[in-house]
Amino acid sequence: MDISVNWLRALAPSIEGSADELADALSARAVPVDRAELVGQELHDVVVARVVEVGKHPNADRLSLCRVDAGGGDTLEVVCGAPNVVENAFYPFIPAGGTLPGGFKIERRKIRGQESNGMLCSEKELGLGRDAAGIMRLGDEHTPGESFVEAFGLPDARLEVDLTPNRIDLACHAGVARELAPGGVNDLVLPPVGGPDWSPHWQSGEESAAAGGVSVTIEDGDRCFRYLAAIVRGVTVGPSPEWLQARLRAAGSRPINNVVDSTNYVLLELNQPLHAFDLDRLAGPEIRVRAARNEAHTTLDGASHKLGPEVSVIADAERPVALAGVMGGADSEVSAETSDILIECAAFDPRHTRHTAGATGLATDASYRFERGIDESGMEGALRRCVELITATAGGVADAEAIRVGRGPVSAPPVRLRPSRVRAVLGLTLTGDQIAALLEPLGFEVTVIESGAETPAILEVTVPGWRNDVRTEADLLEEVARRYGYESFPQEARAMRPSAVPDSPAWQRADRVRRVLASAGMLEARSSTFVPESRTSGRPARLLKPLSEAESVLRTDMVPVLLGRVEHNWSRGHRDVRLYEIGTVFQSTSDAQDSRPGSDLPVIEELRVALVLTGLSRPPHWSGSEGDLDVADLKGSLEDVVADLGLGEILPGEPEDLGDGLPFGWGWWLGEESFCIFESERLIGVAGRVRDDALDAPVWAAPVYAAEFRLDSVQLEDLRSYTDLPTFPAVTRDLALLLDRSVPAASVAATIRDAGPDTLESLTLFDVYEGDKIGDGQRSLAWRLVFRASDRTLRDVDVEEGLNSITANLEERFNARIRSS
Amino acid sequence: MSSKDEQGNLKETLESIRIEALEAIQEAEDPESIEEARVRFLGRNGLLSRALSGLKSLPAEERPEAGKTANRVKKTLETTLEMRVDELASLLEPEEEGGPDLTLPGRRQWRGGVHPVTVVIDEICEIFKELGFTRAAGPEVETDWHNFTALNIPLDHPAADMHDTFYLDEGLLLRTHTSPVQARVMMEHEPPVRILAPGMVFRRDPYDASHAPAFEQVEGLAVDEGIDFIEFRAAIDYFVHRFFGASARTRFRPSYFPFTEPSAEVDVSCFICEGSGCAACKRTGWIEIMGSGMVNPAVFEAVGYDPERYTGYAFGMGPARIAMLRYRIPDIRLLYEADVGFLEQFA
Repeated sequence: MDISVNWLRALAPSIEGSADELADALSARAVPVDRAELVGQELHDVVVARVVEVGKHPNADRLSLCRVDAGGGDTLEVVCGAPNVVENAFYPFIPAGGTLPGGFKIERRKIRGQESNGMLCSEKELGLGRDAAGIMRLGDEHTPGESFVEAFGLPDARLEVDLTPNRIDLACHAGVARELAPGGVNDLVLPPVGGPDWSPHWQSGEESAAAGGVSVTIEDGDRCFRYLAAIVRGVTVGPSPEWLQARLRAAGSRPINNVVDSTNYVLLELNQPLHAFDLDRLAGPEIRVRAARNEAHTTLDGASHKLGPEVSVIADAERPVALAGVMGGADSEVSAETSDILIECAAFDPRHTRHTAGATGLATDASYRFERGIDESGMEGALRRCVELITATAGGVADAEAIRVGRGPVSAPPVRLRPSRVRAVLGLTLTGDQIAALLEPLGFEVTVIESGAETPAILEVTVPGWRNDVRTEADLLEEVARRYGYESFPQEARAMRPSAVPDSPAWQRADRVRRVLASAGMLEARSSTFVPESRTSGRPARLLKPLSEAESVLRTDMVPVLLGRVEHNWSRGHRDVRLYEIGTVFQSTSDAQDSRPGSDLPVIEELRVALVLTGLSRPPHWSGSEGDLDVADLKGSLEDVVADLGLGEILPGEPEDLGDGLPFGWGWWLGEESFCIFESERLIGVAGRVRDDALDAPVWAAPVYAAEFRLDSVQLEDLRSYTDLPTFPAVTRDLALLLDRSVPAASVAATIRDAGPDTLESLTLFDVYEGDKIGDGQRSLAWRLVFRASDRTLRDVDVEEGLNSITANLEERFNARIRSS
Repeated sequence: MSSKDEQGNLKETLESIRIEALEAIQEAEDPESIEEARVRFLGRNGLLSRALSGLKSLPAEERPEAGKTANRVKKTLETTLEMRVDELASLLEPEEEGGPDLTLPGRRQWRGGVHPVTVVIDEICEIFKELGFTRAAGPEVETDWHNFTALNIPLDHPAADMHDTFYLDEGLLLRTHTSPVQARVMMEHEPPVRILAPGMVFRRDPYDASHAPAFEQVEGLAVDEGIDFIEFRAAIDYFVHRFFGASARTRFRPSYFPFTEPSAEVDVSCFICEGSGCAACKRTGWIEIMGSGMVNPAVFEAVGYDPERYTGYAFGMGPARIAMLRYRIPDIRLLYEADVGFLEQFA
């Protein structure tokens, strides 16, 4: 919303300060101002000039050679490139030697061989507007040589106000003036617009009324609360006077003609949207406010619409002539031939306006205001001002009778405000008078309805019609706080109690995971929640309106998303990638039988941790000892992570039962080298080498390993306890076993532990051998066993007994042979 | 003298040779004295050789054991002597060309780390922890009741336009802010409540340099008896000074959020140009860092708190944006691409 500072001062002469100061004041007290911009600065060299003659430039088709009267006695030759230059019209002109805003100096010079003694200017060149299509044509009542700045009430300044949805009252100059004037509403005066006073005789009705041969009917009072109409006959449609055009331009609105400009002026001044119909083009003539009946309609902007019943329209006896509260129609538009007009001043329902705007894809100045609610009590005044402005600028005579249909203006009920709440919520101790002094300049009326010991107990505050956002005591507290000034609050210490809500275990687990994985050399990724359906498993939850098919469902697994990130890194030439992510996965349970207890949502979420690893196991080094990560690196990393996070145990193979919680989509990305992570029977994670066909890998890529587990399985309790350090020496024995290749190492280890004595302290596999020295289908597993007793020095004989039992069991179960070294 | 005694004597002799020799070797400070010790103990006519000649006088059955002991002593002395020679060599010889080139790169491990947005979130949580706050979590798929209605945002109201929402179904959506966690926490716990809710939020914005359809937010909520606007301002000021530095200044401006009343936008003096005006602060000297305000009593009513008894404040900030400002990251997409070259800069 653009606000002209000159306009503000015209409404409230008490407003003082520079544009920047006003912008700061408005930001500090009401709504942000994005920018304060000076308009029409450095225009002192510009004069109003009349083009006396327009001729063709002898050497250029697109240029014309003009004779210009700039008031100096003689006429000047000026070359002009604008297509819209006509004889006997007035334009802003800079004679040679003058400068444009920004310091560009206009020199006398030859253009294609013809001398040019100055420049005829466009709006844009003068910094007044955005129109650069042609030079700026002025009205006909000027004298050549007049100061342009004086004729246009310049310089001005423009505030770009960033309206918040609640402060629709600040979408007009009167609203901003109320905020900025020291005396608020009391300082506001509407300057006369020049037309004859108009105080109509109202023809009123609840649903229908007629005057001057025109009838107005509201068919559906839910869509339109009030409809006021005035008729002006015999207008002459043409350009608006300069002051009016200048005002509109300063407020960012493009002048069109005197009738339309008048409605826009009142909109920008008082916030009431108005619309002028060409009365001769209304069938009947009558106005009906109703739902559309699947009709076709062309709006002012030339667009055709098919209107369904959710759209509210203004119709004449035959067809829609406007979209209610949104935009007028092309058929009844005011044009140069228009003589009689009907001016609409209505209050449309916010919700229906929203539906009408939504269904037609239009958002206009009018719909913006109606969607948020207008000041119903100001409608008569706005219509009166518009009629006076039209008769002043376009001539014609207003009918003495005007039409008013619908209910009376509804004023918001008074709101109670307790000074005790001002103290409780704001921390300010204010008297009734102090509160009134803050609120009354904004148009509120404050009365004491229950007195108290020192300050009144209850105040009753009447809300002005333009502040329909103020409905509760809390709303008034905000008014008090911002008028008091957020920056003026005292600084005082307050005692406080710590939260009774325990710190979330989910975040504590995430902290632990990050610590462990970061120190294991992995980098944290934050990737996308949205994936293509092809990278999901189970029953993914689908977005109703995705941004694209590749982002159409919510991830059901973390690893696939990270695999996408690996591919991205490959595309950037990174071969070594070690990523982890903590994030949410989703499964849909639209099927009632599948809905799980404890969840009231048809989409179930689970926090997961995923990691992907590929490339060198260590950073490249000149000694060249490092190789690519393999399945043992993955398992080792997992074993560390599992131990650090208290996750449970890792077993090779695919899970048979998916257990509780959301499923893991292992089917498509996991290949043969895979693991499951269990925590007492419950499957809590999967891991393994990623299948080659699950990735789009360049030839130079290394194998990719990945793991994913549930965050809630991370152990938070600190289960560690101290064990006495050994005081007696250990006995170490090595045991090399010759076994069938198919015997799993884990089974051998389990047997050794089971069969061994309690004094078996540790068991380490230190060599695996397959090859020529032993038979086909055989392998040798060499273990180091450390025995220790906590209460004595072990004798050889103690250890021998244990070893015998171990070897006997191994022979019996696996047909293992002791391999002599 | 019995052979037992003789064997005992031999053992003692060997032991005293061992001790004497080890001392002599350790005390040797130059090659000459080492050589001297070698000749004296291990030489052809050295003490050890001479002691071994005594073996012959032992009975045949005792010789092997005594021989073993003698060999062990000999081995120990030889090893120790060799080590001492090496030790002296490295001590005495000057560092020569051809020794290890210490300018060669060392052998390193991969460096891991946390994401820059996580760094910011953790720092925010740490600071508010000092003010008695704990962390809370809530679902990312929400009902429209939690996301809008409970927060005083009518569904058919322009305020809902502030959030362009991803819907999954009628009444079911991806949360557009972390504020619904407020409602969930208050429905589960009685005051005093001081919580932070970090998490992902979702808006229907396609990716560009400053937008992402999913990004992080940190919500804060404090509810108790006696919390007023003055405490709210003090808490935010404390956070800003701890996070942005003691010289940072704050500015509170009126704003609009349906779930707070009064509402305030908080600006911090630009920490890049320190207020003199730069591109980051759009030449204003101020950077908007959070939306905030006193909790609207309508929210208390929706969650079953007594609005006459309790007051509180709430705030929300975007750690992704703060990370971008702090680390001068020009494009938000860098945060979510997981490019190793990017992440390693924060490892």
